[in-house]
Amino acid sequence: MSRSQSQRQVFSIRKSLFDQGFLDDQFIQLEDLQDEANPNFVEECVTLFYTDSVRLIHSIEHTLDCRPINFNRLEDLVHQFKGSCSSIGAKKVKNECTQLREYCMSGNAEGCIRTFQRAKQELAVLRRKLESYFQMARQAGASANA
Amino acid sequence: MNLSSGGNRSMSTVASSCGGNRRPVDAVSDRFPAGLRVLVVDDDPTCLAILERMLERCLYEVTKCNRAEIAVSLLQENRNGYDVVISDVHMPDMDGFKLLEYVGLEMDLPVIMMSADDTKAVVMKGVTHGACDYLIKPVRMDALKNIWQHVVRKKKHEWKELEQSKSREEVENRQAKQAEEADYSSSANEGSWRNSKKRKDEEEDLEDREDTSTLKKPRVVWSVELHQQFVAAVNQLGIDKAVPKKILELMNVPGLTRENVASHLQKYRLYLRRISGGVPQHPGVINNGFMGSQEGPFGAMSSLTGLDLQAIAASGHLPGQSLATLQSAVFNKGNTLSGMTMAGMDQRNIFSFENPKIRFGEGQQLQQMTNGKQINLLHGIPTNVESKQLTSLHHSESSIGSVSTQPNSHGNSSGSLMMQATHPQSRAQLLNEAVSSQFSKAPPSIGLLNVSNGAGVGAVQMRNNNPVHDNRGTGFNLVSQPSPIPSFPINKSELAGSGFPLASAPGVMAAKGMLHDEINSRMKGSVGYTPNYDMFSEIHQPKFHPWELQGVGLQFDCSHRPNTLQGNFDILPSVKIQQQDFSSVGTALIAGSAPAVYSSGERTQYYRTQNTSQQIPGHNSVKIKGERIGDFDSQNNLIPQHYGQEDLMSALLKQHPGSDGAADGEFDFDGYPSIGNIPV
Repeated sequence: MSRSQSQRQVFSIRKSLFDQGFLDDQFIQLEDLQDEANPNFVEECVTLFYTDSVRLIHSIEHTLDCRPINFNRLEDLVHQFKGSCSSIGAKKVKNECTQLREYCMSGNAEGCIRTFQRAKQELAVLRRKLESYFQMARQAGASANA
Repeated sequence: MNLSSGGNRSMSTVASSCGGNRRPVDAVSDRFPAGLRVLVVDDDPTCLAILERMLERCLYEVTKCNRAEIAVSLLQENRNGYDVVISDVHMPDMDGFKLLEYVGLEMDLPVIMMSADDTKAVVMKGVTHGACDYLIKPVRMDALKNIWQHVVRKKKHEWKELEQSKSREEVENRQAKQAEEADYSSSANEGSWRNSKKRKDEEEDLEDREDTSTLKKPRVVWSVELHQQFVAAVNQLGIDKAVPKKILELMNVPGLTRENVASHLQKYRLYLRRISGGVPQHPGVINNGFMGSQEGPFGAMSSLTGLDLQAIAASGHLPGQSLATLQSAVFNKGNTLSGMTMAGMDQRNIFSFENPKIRFGEGQQLQQMTNGKQINLLHGIPTNVESKQLTSLHHSESSIGSVSTQPNSHGNSSGSLMMQATHPQSRAQLLNEAVSSQFSKAPPSIGLLNVSNGAGVGAVQMRNNNPVHDNRGTGFNLVSQPSPIPSFPINKSELAGSGFPLASAPGVMAAKGMLHDEINSRMKGSVGYTPNYDMFSEIHQPKFHPWELQGVGLQFDCSHRPNTLQGNFDILPSVKIQQQDFSSVGTALIAGSAPAVYSSGERTQYYRTQNTSQQIPGHNSVKIKGERIGDFDSQNNLIPQHYGQEDLMSALLKQHPGSDGAADGEFDFDGYPSIGNIPV
């Protein structure tokens, strides 16, 4: 694949991520922070996010496993998770967190569990897509926001 | 992941490169805002990394840490090493608000809060705790680019405060002397004692401060726990009665000296004033909130809830005191006051826009207080006035008027306490907030605001007794108390009259009664009664700070009224003035009412009736503060940086439609010229 073709492909993947609502404007903020001195800034942040989210997800799961569910604690964790998601622009995951938080506040255990599963799924999907995106971008030799 | 290990000080290469000389002073001054030293605290590693990168992009010198305790130790190690702190609200080891308070008090640095939570309550909390800004996550570059303004604003503000506090001290000293001469009741005597003691303490405080800076004595590290002990002691004593020696005794911390406590107390007062001035503060903020707990006696903040107020009242006694003071001032009757207060308070809810209950608690406290305190306050207030005032209180009119009742006293303008809000800004803001939100409720806040100067309502009153004392720290109290101070029920009806009359002792009388009705109707919402204090206080002569009015949202435009009033408080003027906007009751009162009394005479008290009440919590208020100061300065030459109530009072008094020129004549209550003018 020619360089320009690769680049086009990268751009197109990136565009679809936004169009399909996986990413929002905050992701662009991260891209803007990337420069020659910090060439992999976006990927580094996303990696940080994954690591931190694994921790949060475990905590949330643990909270959901307890009976009765400690909704206050759960809400706190979800709030943190949502904050992380929003900071990298993970739009769909963030929306699930918002919904999850509502269920927490209303004490709806089933709603919480259900929504949390969706949030995990969205996170997994996003992760896959971003990984392939970054890989392609590296291969194309062009940064996402070139 | 722990991006910042330990107390890390990670300096990015970017920061280093732009740091150039790397000397903080140079870095800041040469390429300002580049090189601004930012300490960012967030437990979320992703956010922390992003923030760091963004700040580097802004050419700031960034230090990041993921735990509040680490941040605190970093700050303590290097007190002058940072220009601004950005902190997350939700952190596992320490509540962001506690850190905020600590930094605000100890370091006196601007603190910016951030959170993914954008609910009004939380944002308001940030504001009331003294945050100079509140960012909603996810944070964007744009938001960070301009944080340097907070540094500038704060420095400017502090400089002003310093000057003002000095001049205020002088005034207080003068007042103290005068107060002593006044023929007061026992409270007065107490006040005298207190005055002299306070004066002495304050002088010592000042010396301490100076010594500390010049001699570089080993500093006591005011940890969060120690500070909480301090706050507890202060609350127990009552902010207006809190003297370093007693605080020291209560704290019972080995190795702590009176000087340590004195300087910390001074800082605390400044802090309270600062935060109360900006926005109606959260009740808890003042005292308890100072370091940790969010609750404070003052609860001036809009988020005050009944609980808060009560807590505040209970904790600090201030609310009660202030209320009492106000009440007593107004009514000169313990009972009535309390009754009134309560009524008034409910409505008024100056700060706590939400909870009338609080007021109740406050009122009750006040009751107790009032009984004791009234004496001086209402000294000269005519009975009818009082009764009217009482009624007005009920009407949820701004109790400001009631506050003003105090004025009679003796010059102390304690009455003005209310008005005087320690901080021009804070008061104004408080007033604004109060006014705006409460307008109907009776911008008690206005009164309260004033009170803030002195330690809440109590402070106001105290003025008479302890002018010195009140002026200084009281600011906090007053302000914070959201409701207690019946803040003048701006409402039109009674308050109007009642409030002002206080203004000058002689003038106050004038207010007697007649004013009430008239004023009330006019006043609409002008809270301006508080100005009463000013009026009376011979000591404080027109301290009228225009800014006070401004913030409050008082819309009066004092500008066109040169205050020729001297001493007489003519309530009328204030009433008149208010006309401007009585919509924002608070402001109106202050602005308008003051006019008369103040002797500022020729000065045209320009109250900018800004109606800041509209400000958006958090941001606006914060900003306003900064802005206001400027305003005041320009306008207020006359007023000696005396924040206290006098300012408000003066402002109100000043409002006195300068048109009349003759202070005495104008405020003739009979004439109550203002009435006519007051656009009800």
